[in-house]
Amino acid sequence: MTLILMITISLTVAAGVLLLLSRDLFRTLVGLAVLGSAVNLTVFLAGRPGSLTPPLIPPGLDRLPAGAADPLPQALVLTAIVIGFALLCFALVLGAWISQRAGHTEVDRLRLSEPPAKDPLKPTILKE
Amino acid sequence: MLLLAPLLIPLVTALLTAVLPAHPRLRRGLSLAGVLLLLGAALALLVAVGPAGRLSVALGDWPLPFAIQFVADGLSAALVLVAALLGLTVLLYQFATEPANREAPGLQPLVQGLLAAVVAVFLAADLFNLYVWFELLLMATLGLLLLGGRPWQAEAALKYFALSMLGTLLMLAAVGLIYGASGQLNFGALAVASQAPGVAPGLTLFVVMLLLAVLLKAGAFPLFAWLPASYHTLSPPLLALVGGLLTKVAIYVMLRLSGQVFSATPAFLYEALGWLAMLTLVTGVLGAAYHWDLRRILAFHIVSQIGYLLLGIALATPAGAAGTAFFLIHNILVKANLFLLAGLIWLSAGHPDLRRIGGLYLARPWLALLFLLNAFSLVGVPPSSGFWGKFLLVQEAFAQQRFLWGGLALGVGLLTLYSMSKIWLEGFWKPHPDPTRLAGSQPQGDGGPRLAYAAVTFSTLLVLALGLYPQPLIDWLQQATAGYWAGFGPA
Repeated sequence: MTLILMITISLTVAAGVLLLLSRDLFRTLVGLAVLGSAVNLTVFLAGRPGSLTPPLIPPGLDRLPAGAADPLPQALVLTAIVIGFALLCFALVLGAWISQRAGHTEVDRLRLSEPPAKDPLKPTILKE
Repeated sequence: MLLLAPLLIPLVTALLTAVLPAHPRLRRGLSLAGVLLLLGAALALLVAVGPAGRLSVALGDWPLPFAIQFVADGLSAALVLVAALLGLTVLLYQFATEPANREAPGLQPLVQGLLAAVVAVFLAADLFNLYVWFELLLMATLGLLLLGGRPWQAEAALKYFALSMLGTLLMLAAVGLIYGASGQLNFGALAVASQAPGVAPGLTLFVVMLLLAVLLKAGAFPLFAWLPASYHTLSPPLLALVGGLLTKVAIYVMLRLSGQVFSATPAFLYEALGWLAMLTLVTGVLGAAYHWDLRRILAFHIVSQIGYLLLGIALATPAGAAGTAFFLIHNILVKANLFLLAGLIWLSAGHPDLRRIGGLYLARPWLALLFLLNAFSLVGVPPSSGFWGKFLLVQEAFAQQRFLWGGLALGVGLLTLYSMSKIWLEGFWKPHPDPTRLAGSQPQGDGGPRLAYAAVTFSTLLVLALGLYPQPLIDWLQQATAGYWAGFGPA
């Protein structure tokens, strides 16, 4: 189980990073989503899925037996999924709005907030 | 209750301002009342905690490593107060410069949400809780960036989102891996577990991942591209709030995680952090030297100042931590003041680009005086607050034989002086290229220009007090950070 999850996570991270490095706006956003899934799986893996020891503390002990399944990471993953999903939807709407206005989806050409310098850079005082 | 009040007040205010079908003035009144209450709660917390004390709440009455815990110590209580003071200044300035009937309905809820997230990060003592508050911080900032609805703001928000989201994902993965390796999320339990002989070696890589994510949020050297790409599209009061608090919150988390929680991190990591700090210092100040837009100059100076803060953490001693804490408080206030003053310069002279303005020294002498005081403080001219911050950091660097680090930190001060003199020469001394624009423009908001000036003057007085009478705060912070890196010294 752990091995399968590990291989899945590596492949998902690779796919996410590949998409993230693209210069297309939506590929980048989908890349973030895929990477997010890989991260969620990583957190899920921390709960020792596949362990057959139930998360119950036996009488007379004060902690879980070693190797017991741990339900807490599943609660963490649920929270992370909700937050990540909301943020992704928001970003996709934002991306759609931007690409509609700009008429293209190339990240490199989105320079409205950082226009390339075209004015002379010398201080006016020093020009005389 | 005393501990949770500074967190709950802005959260409730954010909800109220969002759901009440309010008149814009009512929304502003509610928001102001919320900040004043927050200020009171922060003061009460500061008095209750004291410099070396500690208050803690475990939610839901669960026993400790399991419950979600909030902790206030001398450092976090002081920072909560600073955040509340900054919130008050920014709100008054915003009321004065932006007319109520044209205010976006989401502005006040988002400002309050940002304040709530900042306070919560200062008080959180649980790794996953910390991640959730960082998400709230990201959402609130994203909302503030998009409020104006202009195309360039949308692009800035997208760039900010893409990089911050990457940092957030890295942080979440690190939290999961740290939990998997140590079985703990609570800061106190992690501090114990991370020093256990079986756990510590495996944990180092995950701690590095976590700190890398925090460094991205702080805007450190290779990962700061989101900051100069997005900050300058905010309106001046929001720029002061976001620019004053956001990256500094990450520095606080960095200080707490490396100094208290994972204090057994190997020394070579601090060596690496020190060089990162140097690169951050130099790239930030050089980026600022290139720009002509007031807001972009100041945004790049944030990156440079982050370098000083990281230097104090890289020194990894209680003295370095105290220096970082002092510099943190000084920098939140001064940076926000400079952004607010940049807004007033823009209003008075008609443009944020230094090449198109001038003549303010004659036309607005009070503005010139306020700018000069804050600029000197940012540069670190004695006896300003920036001088004491740099003094503490450089003194500790020299005490540890880090002469290159200390020397570079001092040299970057000169380049900061260059940027500030550029603003002074171009904006204040040079005659205005189009004097007709200098005469007429005044703030358009409720309280008129007087309220905006009063807000900045109040905040500048705080900075002056820090500079002229720094010893109480230094003593306070030295007591608060005395336990950092306990039993661990740099090799």
